[in-house]
This record gives sequence, structure tokens and C-alpha cells, in this order.
Amino acid sequence: MRALSRRIINRRPDRAGKIFWGAVPFVIAVIVYAVFSAIRLADNPNDKLLPGLASFGAAIHRMAFARDMRTGEILLWADTASSLRRLGLGLSVATLLGLIFGVATGVIPYVRAGLSPFIAVLSMIPPMAVLPILFIVFGLEELSKVVLIVVGITPFLIRDLALRVGDLPSELLIKAQTLGASTWQIILRVVLPQIAPRLADGVRLSLGPAWLFLISAEAIAATDGLGYRIFLMRRYLAMDVILPYVAWITFLAYMMDWALRKLNQRYFPWLRSEGS
Amino acid sequence: MSQVSVRNLWMEYPGQVVLEQINLEIASGEFVVLIGPSGCGKTTFLRMLLSMEQPTRGEILLDGEKLPGEPGPDRGVVFQRYSVFPHLTVIQNVILGLEFAGSPLLGKLFGAARKHAIAEAERVIDSVGLAAARDKYPGQLSGGMQQRLAIAQTLIRKPKLLLLDEPFGALDPGTKLQMYELITRLWREEKITVFMVTHDLKEGFTLATRVLTFDKVRVDPDAPGRYGATITFNLPLERKRAV
Repeated sequence: MRALSRRIINRRPDRAGKIFWGAVPFVIAVIVYAVFSAIRLADNPNDKLLPGLASFGAAIHRMAFARDMRTGEILLWADTASSLRRLGLGLSVATLLGLIFGVATGVIPYVRAGLSPFIAVLSMIPPMAVLPILFIVFGLEELSKVVLIVVGITPFLIRDLALRVGDLPSELLIKAQTLGASTWQIILRVVLPQIAPRLADGVRLSLGPAWLFLISAEAIAATDGLGYRIFLMRRYLAMDVILPYVAWITFLAYMMDWALRKLNQRYFPWLRSEGS
Repeated sequence: MSQVSVRNLWMEYPGQVVLEQINLEIASGEFVVLIGPSGCGKTTFLRMLLSMEQPTRGEILLDGEKLPGEPGPDRGVVFQRYSVFPHLTVIQNVILGLEFAGSPLLGKLFGAARKHAIAEAERVIDSVGLAAARDKYPGQLSGGMQQRLAIAQTLIRKPKLLLLDEPFGALDPGTKLQMYELITRLWREEKITVFMVTHDLKEGFTLATRVLTFDKVRVDPDAPGRYGATITFNLPLERKRAV
């Protein structure tokens, strides 16, 4: 009875409870799908919109385990490799640019004065609006897709990091100077190590947009990749392929997010003691 | 030697005079405590000693030479908060000053030079009583231990002046007493000139060889920013020096 008398904001699920409550929405989603799929299939056994679980199995087997007749490749893995290569390249370049310009903007007043209005305007350009320009300038090959990701997330990373650098207590920068540090040494030993975890967080937040830009670019002009495959399958209303692909993309994105979070916990042990 | 002369120093912001007509001669090895009500400019004065702010008139001389326009290793500082680097352990925090001096490009020492620096840092850590916390991060230390670390980190560069901005303001009374003992011992051992800002009168008179009080002597009730504060009392406490 005591537990019930407490305010609802003070009642917390235990470990098992968390897993249970976390699983509930997933289970509901699957049930809702299964019910509506069954209703439609009862009406028309050849319904393509909400295929049954068995046809997913067949589609997954076809895409992920069997070689394609035309190319001799296993399509899911080939698509995944192409997409991850573009995404990885785009994210790496954007992270590097974000780090260099973000730190320079945050630390050096003259760079800030020169660059921050420009970056503020640049970051307001909708990246999809410049995609035609990228196709014209960089061609329809790999480069324009990578550049779209870079254009899309670099301004955010620069601004985010510059703000994080600005958030460092000025006492720390003064202290470093009283220990004889040069600007370069301050950047290397004081600023970079302290914003590295923020950089990882910034990249985590950029993962969603990065995937968005990747799939958009692949949908418009590509011959392989996860986004290309989904939009190709759309023509055949092949929901049995599209839905597993979406689930796979979601899984990849989630794992990248998880890996970056673990990276932060593993390599920045001082963060844990910060809060206390 | 680390003797400080202040000549006709003014600090003015637009529409507000913060400090006016500060003249001061401080001999080498003094422990100077700056006290006064909040907003009277004592912290501003300390920030000028640190070159965080530039006086609008007058000058500050350290051993007869004008202070450089930016903070440097000749003047160490301990703030009330954020004085140590949260991403470095105690030992890493202390050797940092030696690494800045010994490695311009990487700011990091390796091999024999690193061993040498660690040995030196361990001596300082020992003298502030942090030997047991050698490999802990600041976030794992109490407030008093963090301030000990901040002092150790500062001392390793052997500054001429040690500037303390309410360093013990956030500590509990018991810890404060321990810190008084520590800072007095280090001040004697290192023969360093100390400037400390505090609003705790008792603390000031416990530690100082000289107490400076800052206050406004002229007040215009219609324009509070018109006149600035200055040094109203300059009290040498000779008995302390004899101890």
C-alpha cells in the first residue's frame, strides 16, 4: 500500500521493469502489423502492401543470403558496403572539418570574428537544395553523395563545437597561460581533450541527418546502396524487401549511435566523476 | 625577488569608475590580503595583476618592469572554482606546467624527461598532502583537495607572484584551517609574494603580513558609477613576519 501512496514521479521501474516497459511499444507495433496484415491477406492472398511474416523470410533470404543472378553479388551486403563507405567517408570528413574550424572559431577571436557570421548563414542553406549543384559539379558518382553529407552536417558540427569551446570556463584558459602554455599547447592539451567527448556527442546527433542525406542522394542517382534499393523496390511495391531494409538501416544507425556512446564512456573516464 | 609597485592605477568602464588612484609598494615575500565589500574592485585589482584586464591609467611594475599584457608563468593563480583541469589526474595536472615548458610542439613529455618531471611533481604533490590521490581525477576529490591540487599545480612553475581569488571561499571551516596551515607553510618555504582576495576578515588577518582594504571614499548618490574604490587602509601586520 505504501508504494501506491507515493507520488507517481517518485515511483521507478526496477531493472526487469525497465526491460519490460521498453519492450511493450515494440511488441504492440508488431502485433498491430500482424493483425492488419492478416486482415488484408484474408481479403486478398496476393496483397503486397502488408505482406505476412513468411514472405519477409523469403525476401530476406533472397536479399541477404542468395547471390543476385545478374551481378553475382549478395545484394544486401553489397548495398550495405556501398552505403557505409559513403556514410563513413562523409562523416569522417565532416568531423575533421568540424573539429578544425570549430576549435579555431571557439579559441581564436579573429577567426571567430571572420568566420562565425559566414558559418551561421551557410548553416541555413538547405543541403537538399544544393544537391543539384553537387550533381552538376561533382558528377553523379560517389563524390557528390559524400559531399552532400559533408555539406549537410559540417556547419552544425562547427557551430556545436565552437559553442562547447566557448562553454569552457575562462579560468581554465587563464590557468593554462599561467602555466606557460602557448595557444597551440592550450588547444592541444586543454581544449581538444575536453571537447572530444562533445565532438562524439555532436557526431551522434548528426547521424540522423547524415543518413537522411545519404538515402536521398542514393534515391536520386546511384546504382547501388541501401537507399537506391529501397527506391528501386518501390516500383514493384515490394514491401517485403523495403521493410527489412528499413529495419536494417535503423539497426545500423542505432549501432553507430550506441558505439559512439560507449566510446565516450570508455575513453573519457573523467566525465563520470565530473557530475559529483 | 618579486617586488610589486603600483603607480596611480585607474580602471574605468564606460560610465563607471571601478578603481581610482591606487598607489602601492609591496616588498618581496609579503602576504598581502585584499578585503572589502562586494563590487569594490578587489577582484578587478587581482585580475589586473594577472593581466586578465588592462588598467585604463597607470601601471603595475613587477621587479621594476611593466607587467606583460597577458597572463604568464611569472604569476600563478588559484581561483575559487575551475582551477584544475578535469580531464587530467592529479599527477597529470601537476606535470602539465613542466610539459608546457619542456615540449613546445606536443605539450607532452616522454621518456627520461617525463620521469624527471614526474619525480618533481610527486615532491610537490607530497608537500600539499595529495600523495594518496596521485592518480585520481579532480571530480573524485573534495573541494579542499582540489584547491590543494590547484596550489601544487601553480607552484611547479615557481612563479614570482601567487594570486589567490577567494581560494577558500567554498570550503568548510575545518578544511579552511588546514588550508591556512598549508598556504602559510608553502609561502614561507617558497619565499613567494602572495596576493589573496577574500571577504572573510578573520581569514585575512590570520594569514596576511599586510591587509589592504578597498572601498569608495567618495560617493555620488545620483551617479553611483562616478567614483571608484581605492585602498582605504594599508595595514602592515609586523608581528606575522617575526613568527
